[in-house]
Amino acid sequence: MTTSQGRRVTLFVTCIVDSLYPQIGEATVAILERLGITVHVPRGLTCCGQMAFNVGFRDDAYAIAGRTIEVLHGDDDVVLPSGSCAAMIRHLYPELFADSPHAAVAGYLARRTYELTEYLVDVLGVTQVGAHFDGAIAYHHSCHGLRFLGIKDQPRKLLEYVAGAKIVSLAGHDECCGFGGLFAIKQAAISETMLDRKLANIAASGADLVVMGDASCMTQIAGGLSRAGSPVKARHIAEVLANRV
Amino acid sequence: MTTQTLSFYNRVDDALRDGSLRTALDRATSRFIGNRAAALAALAGPDALRDQARAIRAYALAHLDELLNQLSDNVEAHGGRVCWAEDGAAARRYITDLARERGVKSIVKSKSMASEEIHLNTALEQAGIEVIETDLGEYIIQLANETPSHIIAPAIHKTREQVSALFTQHLGEPPTDDVPAMTRAARRALRQRFLRADMGISGVNFGVADSGAVTVVENEGNARLATTVPRIHVAIMGIERIVRSFEDLGVMLQVLARSATGQKLSVYTSIISGPARPNESDGPEEFHLVLLDNGRSQILGGKYAETLMCIRCGACLNICPVYQAIGGHAYGGVYSGPIGAVLTPLLQPDLPEQHTLPFASSLCGACQEACPVRIAIPDLLLRLRADAVQQGKAPPIERLAMEGYRVLMTNPALYRASGKLGGIASRMFGRKRRFRQMPPPLHLWTRKRDFPAFPAETFTERWEKRRKSDER
Ligand code: SF4
Repeated sequence: MTTSQGRRVTLFVTCIVDSLYPQIGEATVAILERLGITVHVPRGLTCCGQMAFNVGFRDDAYAIAGRTIEVLHGDDDVVLPSGSCAAMIRHLYPELFADSPHAAVAGYLARRTYELTEYLVDVLGVTQVGAHFDGAIAYHHSCHGLRFLGIKDQPRKLLEYVAGAKIVSLAGHDECCGFGGLFAIKQAAISETMLDRKLANIAASGADLVVMGDASCMTQIAGGLSRAGSPVKARHIAEVLANRV
Repeated sequence: MTTQTLSFYNRVDDALRDGSLRTALDRATSRFIGNRAAALAALAGPDALRDQARAIRAYALAHLDELLNQLSDNVEAHGGRVCWAEDGAAARRYITDLARERGVKSIVKSKSMASEEIHLNTALEQAGIEVIETDLGEYIIQLANETPSHIIAPAIHKTREQVSALFTQHLGEPPTDDVPAMTRAARRALRQRFLRADMGISGVNFGVADSGAVTVVENEGNARLATTVPRIHVAIMGIERIVRSFEDLGVMLQVLARSATGQKLSVYTSIISGPARPNESDGPEEFHLVLLDNGRSQILGGKYAETLMCIRCGACLNICPVYQAIGGHAYGGVYSGPIGAVLTPLLQPDLPEQHTLPFASSLCGACQEACPVRIAIPDLLLRLRADAVQQGKAPPIERLAMEGYRVLMTNPALYRASGKLGGIASRMFGRKRRFRQMPPPLHLWTRKRDFPAFPAETFTERWEKRRKSDER
């Protein structure tokens, strides 16, 4: 863990974690601090603007994201407990700010932005964070982290070191849960059909815990599990790694 | 088509309620996905091959004018005729006029999405000419009077039980669930048509510029018959479906077959370069190549240009969770699935509600991952969404919601104050209370999903507290 000691990162918990799941933000802080990293949370951070961008409201997304890149100025690495919002910054900000006066700043931000598990494994080279959980864990790959950031093996590497946990395979682990931002409401019927399939696969996996890297997918999957009265719990990977299940 | 008069949402609801549709789609798409994965895994370097395929497509699009002229010159040198059709009407006119002039009474067709795109059959039938589809899937939907619901498997939405019922009704066959028996029945019915036809119409998978050839791939042998038995062969090709040389063609055919059906190569690959020469006994007397633009040159060079790299393999449809749930007809256009949600607004801008199609995606990116030429379909969908909003097509309530979202997220003070609302809700409803019902429009969320309990404090509030106690 020599590489992590004394580092400083800027943490962007994302709006959904901030307002609905503060425990995920605190778990992320706990993991990073345990590695000797100084965590900085800039004042006035709100949202990456993805919700507007995804439904085509680029002017609104531009206004929100423009503020966000300002608040995230500096040279720190920026870490998010979300593959989706990290992908927004890394993959879509360059398009959103192309031909704008912010293009260079947005590009620099994109280059120093990381999703939590890729930051731990790829940047810090850390796979053991001293976590334990007694039970069976299945991992759901969130789409944006998987396909736009290439986060595939990092979560598994981290979960393999969770003492006491048995990692079980999840059929369709890389299939979308059906959340998709406003898609979940605009196309509710399709979203529900996709969720049904996910829930069936989770039930068949024999897991006690279904773990993922995005609070948005977690809202969808946990919402479905809870409505179905399932004993399986949905958790963010930061909660597992920080022993806050 | 009746399906086109319904709104997109009604079509989706109907599709989701249709149990046979689900059965048919589940059976077929999972088979396609499995076969494709196996075929790619068998390659030494599938990623390198896909990169190569993408580069070949990029080259072709960058040199489209030059390659098309070369193709056209070579086809004419081989004794063929070329029609440059600016739109569907021009293509329909050329083909119907040709059929009339040559006294054509009966036409056999092999599968062609370009001909579907321009509704060629309707035009020919209105001119009093009999048109028979000879691809099994196309034949099935022609009997059922439907449109294709998949780029390479037009009757994918039909279960074998439904196909058998159609054959019983139209061909007098006994009911069966034996697929080979159904195939034999179709062959028997079609054989006479091949012999009687005076014109064969085919699509084109790739035109090969430097040799003036067109390539047609298939698995049933019907395209080979349709392009050789009748005295006239007309091939319809989207102008973008071109490659430089046979060398490039070799790469494209490999990724096409593997991505489409999981085959190493399709069963039949016909390479056609013009009519029968004077000393040849087989082949048609006349060969016509219709180069269909129909909006494509407008797309070229713009922010949707990548769309034209598509080789119509269907892999993105098979893998798409939305397509798997609703099937092809719900999309309303000729092309369906993720690439259809891009192509339809671009190629059929007059279709009612085409602007809603790009929203029929959770943007999961499985399409881009499966695409043999790695088309960034999610990015294209996002651009089309932005266009729709700019054209004022967004629902007013969404406009309002986005207004509110922007105001909230660009005003940190307001944002923090709104966080307090969560705290209030938490005290009102309890820390553990999940919501089974929410007011509109969130009632659509809580139909099948609980909404999480609100926390007593936001992360920001907790962090502020910690910062203050650290300072003390
Ligand atoms: S977009 Fe790609 S995957 Fe989809 S049909 Fe075209 S080539 Fe195939």
